[in-house]
Amino acid sequence: MRRRRRRRPRLWRVTILVLAAVFFLGPQVSALRYSFVQSNGENGLGNYTQLFHDSALGSSLVTSLEIAALTTVIMLALMLPTVVWVRLRLPRLAVVVESISVLPIVIPPIVMAAGLATLQSHASAQISSVIFTSPLTALTPFYVILAMPFAFRSLDVGVRAIDLRTLVDAARNLGAGWTTLLLRVILPNVRTAILTAASLTVALVLAEVVISETLLYDTYPVELVNTGQNLVGVAVALSVLSLAVTWLLLYMVSFIGNRDASRARIGRLL
Amino acid sequence: MGVAPFAVYVALFLGGPLYEVIYGAVTTTRGSLTWFNFSQTFHQPYVGAFEESLKLALLTSLIGGVFGLWLACAVVTAGPRSPLRRIVGSGAGVLAYFAGVPLAFAFIAALGRYGEATKLLQDIGINLNAGSFTISSLTGIFLCYVYFQVPLMVLLIIPALEGLRPEWHEAATGLGASTFGYIRHVAAPVLAPALIGAVLLLFGNAFAAYATAYALVGSSVNLVPGWIQQLISGNVLVDENGIGLALGVEMIVVIAIVMVGYAALQRRATRWLQ
Repeated sequence: MRRRRRRRPRLWRVTILVLAAVFFLGPQVSALRYSFVQSNGENGLGNYTQLFHDSALGSSLVTSLEIAALTTVIMLALMLPTVVWVRLRLPRLAVVVESISVLPIVIPPIVMAAGLATLQSHASAQISSVIFTSPLTALTPFYVILAMPFAFRSLDVGVRAIDLRTLVDAARNLGAGWTTLLLRVILPNVRTAILTAASLTVALVLAEVVISETLLYDTYPVELVNTGQNLVGVAVALSVLSLAVTWLLLYMVSFIGNRDASRARIGRLL
Repeated sequence: MGVAPFAVYVALFLGGPLYEVIYGAVTTTRGSLTWFNFSQTFHQPYVGAFEESLKLALLTSLIGGVFGLWLACAVVTAGPRSPLRRIVGSGAGVLAYFAGVPLAFAFIAALGRYGEATKLLQDIGINLNAGSFTISSLTGIFLCYVYFQVPLMVLLIIPALEGLRPEWHEAATGLGASTFGYIRHVAAPVLAPALIGAVLLLFGNAFAAYATAYALVGSSVNLVPGWIQQLISGNVLVDENGIGLALGVEMIVVIAIVMVGYAALQRRATRWLQ
């Protein structure tokens, strides 16, 4: 009886793990093999080195990395003080701020894009010349909005895990202003939360294609789709790289997050 | 006071586009109120696109829900710090949230006309290219969507599965219940709100998604987001901009309903599972 009970769960476990391995690894292994076949039919790394030869791809990647960096900075500058302030002074407002932060989930990217396209066409020449002429200024403010649900949750988890009131009282008693308090007391204490929020934001920016495509900005994922129209091998190779880099980013975050058991793992944050 | 920058930022950069969508949906190009845009969305081809979008979301959320739950059960029995958990956890995070365009190309490399899996299947006598199958179709999109729905389900349901205390199983077994009895009378009722909530979220996720479909088929795809993009990009008449915005409002309404249901179920779920 006991032996039967132990063997049966194993069968269902093995079945799903094998199914999952085939279904999830299959396309990735295929992509990897496919990416090594160069356009001249021979095997090699030609599809990967194309990134350095193709100036459109290279410059779009630079654009996307710039947007990612700026988005992360603005997101942190906006969200960290807000989260600290809410947890410190207005705990009752926490629910409100949290629901506002997750609001972007309700708005599909294509609808956000539609709103922006309309905004773009209605904007005065002055506003257009300030915001909509470069992808950096046009996309960054709205990518910050898209990152808010991830950012709020990871920062909130981090801030709640520290003894905020004691830290703030101690710093204030020693004469620290709000800026010093945020930058030199709170920030080092929520490092892991900040790294998590930043990684998720970067991953999000590097993956976002719907808004930039609709507004006709040449970001990395947009250029990836364009490349795929005639150089499938290159697009597949870059896709392999993109997924690998993103996975590495999240994998490292799972280690950072686990260093302190009181901090939620990535699976819970997402 | 301290929330002011946040409030202003959200009002400007979230409120702005949202206002444009709603305002544009209910007004004519000259600015007078109209119901025309919404009434147009109740005709073809938009009704058909809505049906396709809803069907795709329903199918992939149910399949993703079943297999995601199954996979999560298998993964959760390994300890929280095991390598399996770490790899599955971070892998699921990538696929569930950030796959988009790269996912489409992985599937093209596998099941496209010259894909590796296509060749492999051809060698054992199955010719994918013979029939009407192509990866750049709703069937291909369906496969890709399942590919990110299952991982999302795993991420959403693992915390709930971890909340099932081993003592409950022991108590039930001690009182003479079989494993099936435990699942039927203890685990299933406790998990039900979390499960239904997660499937609802999957539904909303697939309904809103567009990146993968766009990379596979382009904006000509017969899904609501495809139509919105076409109408907005001015590939058709200028007047039809408003119809695209009306479709956008309808998408928001669908997802808002789903999220309200999810939030209510989530509250029920936390009664037993911490």
